[in-house]
Amino acid sequence: MTGVFRVALALLGLPAVASPLPEPAPGTVVVFAAASLGESFRELGRVYEQQHPGTTVQFSFAGSQQLALQMEQGAPADVFASADQHWMEYLKDKGLVEGETPVFVRNRLAVIVPRTNPARISRLEDLVRRGTKLVLAAEQVPVGKYSREVLRKLAASPNFPPDYDRRVLANVVSQEENVKSVVAKVQLGEADAGIVYRSDVTPAVSRYVTALEIPEAFNVMAEYPIAVLKSARHAEAARQFVDLVRGSEGQRVLQSHRFIPTTATEAASHP
Amino acid sequence: MAGLLAGLLLVLLGLPIVSLVLRISPGLLIDRLSEPLVLEALRLSLVTSLAATAVVVGLGLPVAYLLAMREFPGKRVLEALIDLPMVLPPTVAGVALLTAFGRNGLAGHALSAVGITLPFTTLGVVVAQAFVAAPFFIGAARAGFTEVDRKYLDAAATLRASPVRAFLMVLGPLAAPAILAGAATGWARALGEFGATITFAGNMPGVTQTMPLAVYLALQSDLDAAIALSVLLLLFSLTILLTIRVGPSRLGALIARARRPPR
Repeated sequence: MTGVFRVALALLGLPAVASPLPEPAPGTVVVFAAASLGESFRELGRVYEQQHPGTTVQFSFAGSQQLALQMEQGAPADVFASADQHWMEYLKDKGLVEGETPVFVRNRLAVIVPRTNPARISRLEDLVRRGTKLVLAAEQVPVGKYSREVLRKLAASPNFPPDYDRRVLANVVSQEENVKSVVAKVQLGEADAGIVYRSDVTPAVSRYVTALEIPEAFNVMAEYPIAVLKSARHAEAARQFVDLVRGSEGQRVLQSHRFIPTTATEAASHP
Repeated sequence: MAGLLAGLLLVLLGLPIVSLVLRISPGLLIDRLSEPLVLEALRLSLVTSLAATAVVVGLGLPVAYLLAMREFPGKRVLEALIDLPMVLPPTVAGVALLTAFGRNGLAGHALSAVGITLPFTTLGVVVAQAFVAAPFFIGAARAGFTEVDRKYLDAAATLRASPVRAFLMVLGPLAAPAILAGAATGWARALGEFGATITFAGNMPGVTQTMPLAVYLALQSDLDAAIALSVLLLLFSLTILLTIRVGPSRLGALIARARRPPR
C-alpha cells in the first residue's frame, strides 16, 4: 500500500514540475544559431560571459531550417542567427521577428574531400564522374540551397558542360540536415566529397580533409542575418550579445574562424 | 488505484496518437499517399524492416536457443553483447556501425573485397535496423524457450526424440507465441529506426530514406507534411501489428467455422 501511496504523491507533485515551456535560469541568453556558427559563437559566448558576469549564454546549434521550425512551435529563444535570409524572412512572416535583421557575417562555400581522396578528385570537373559519392545538405538547409546554386553557376559557365549540375547531383548519395553532418561524412572517409562552408574547414577538420577552392565567380556569398526575437525573455541581454557579435571583437573572432566579416562601416550604419 | 494508474498511462500513450490523427484530414492523407516520395519511403520501410526482421529471426533463434538451454564459458559476455544495442543511443549505434562496416572501418576493406558496400545503400539500412532490433527478438525468444515446462522436454527425451525432433515437435510449437511476439517487437523496432539509419546509411529518397527519415526531413520545412507522414506511418504500423496479434486466432476461428457442417 505504501508503494502505491508514494507513486500517487509523485503524481500529485507533477504540476509543480511541469511548466508550459522550459524556463532558462534567470540571467541566461538563449541563442539559436546555424550549425556553421558553432565554434565561433561558443568563443563569443565565453567573451560575453566574461564581459557580463552573472549572465550565461546558452546555445542551440542546428540547421537554420530546423531552428526556425522549432521557434515557430514555441521554442524559447532570445537571439536567432540564420545562415540565410530565407529562414529569417520565414520568422518575420510568422510575426516572431520584427524590425532590423542585419547581416552580421558572410561565408563562402568549399568542396572538401577526405585526405586519402579515394575518388581522386582534384578539380571541380571531377565531381561528374559516375560513382562518386557526393554528400550535400538537404535543399531546405541553407548550405544545401547554396551548394545547388554553385552547381548551377558552374553549369552556366563556358568552361563547364551545360549539364554539369544535373550530373553532379546524380552523384549525391545522402542529404544531411545540417552542414556538420556533411563534414562528418567526409571526415570519416565515407563520402568521396562534400560541399560545406569555408569556415567548416577548421584546423581540427583539416587533419582529415582537403579543401578544393570554388572560384569567386562561381561561389555564393552566404549572408547570415541576426535578430532578437519579439518574445525574447531577456531582450536587453540579447541585444548586448548581438552588439558583441556585430562589433569589432565579434567580427575579429568570426574572421579568425574563416568567416568574412561585414565591414566596419556596414556595422555602424545598421544600429 | 490500478485503474487510475492504467488510465493515466493510457492518456500518456494515447493522447499523442489521437492528437496526431486529429490534426490531419482524411482527404489530405490520401493526397499525400499518392506522392512518389511518400510511396518510396513506405516501400523502403516495409522492405527493409521485413528483411531486417528475417535476418534477426534467422540468426537470433539459434542464439536464443543456446542461451536458454545451454551453459557455456563466456555466456555472460554474450548476453551483455546482445543487450548492448538496446542501451546504445541509436546515433551512437550508427557511428559504431560506421567504424566497423564503413569504407574505412575494421571490416570495411574485407567487405569491399567481396563487393559489398554498406553506407549509403539499402543493405546498410537493413544492417542498421537488424542491429537495433536483435536484442528485442532474442530476449523474447529466449524467454519463450525458458518458460516451456521441462517435463515436456523430458517426456520427449524418454521417447528417444533427437534434439532436432524435440525442437520441431515440442519446444518450438510451445514457444511459438513468444517467438512470434518477439519477432513483432523486433519488426516494430526496425520499422521505427532512425538514428542509426541516418548516421550509417545516410538519407537518400528511394535508397535509404525510410519513413522515419522522411518525417524528420519533412519536419525541417513543412510541419503539415511531417504530420501527414507520421499518421501514415502510424496507420501502417498499427494495421500490421493488429494483423499479427489478431490475425492467427481470427483465421483459426474462421477456418473452424468454415469446417462446421451447414445447418
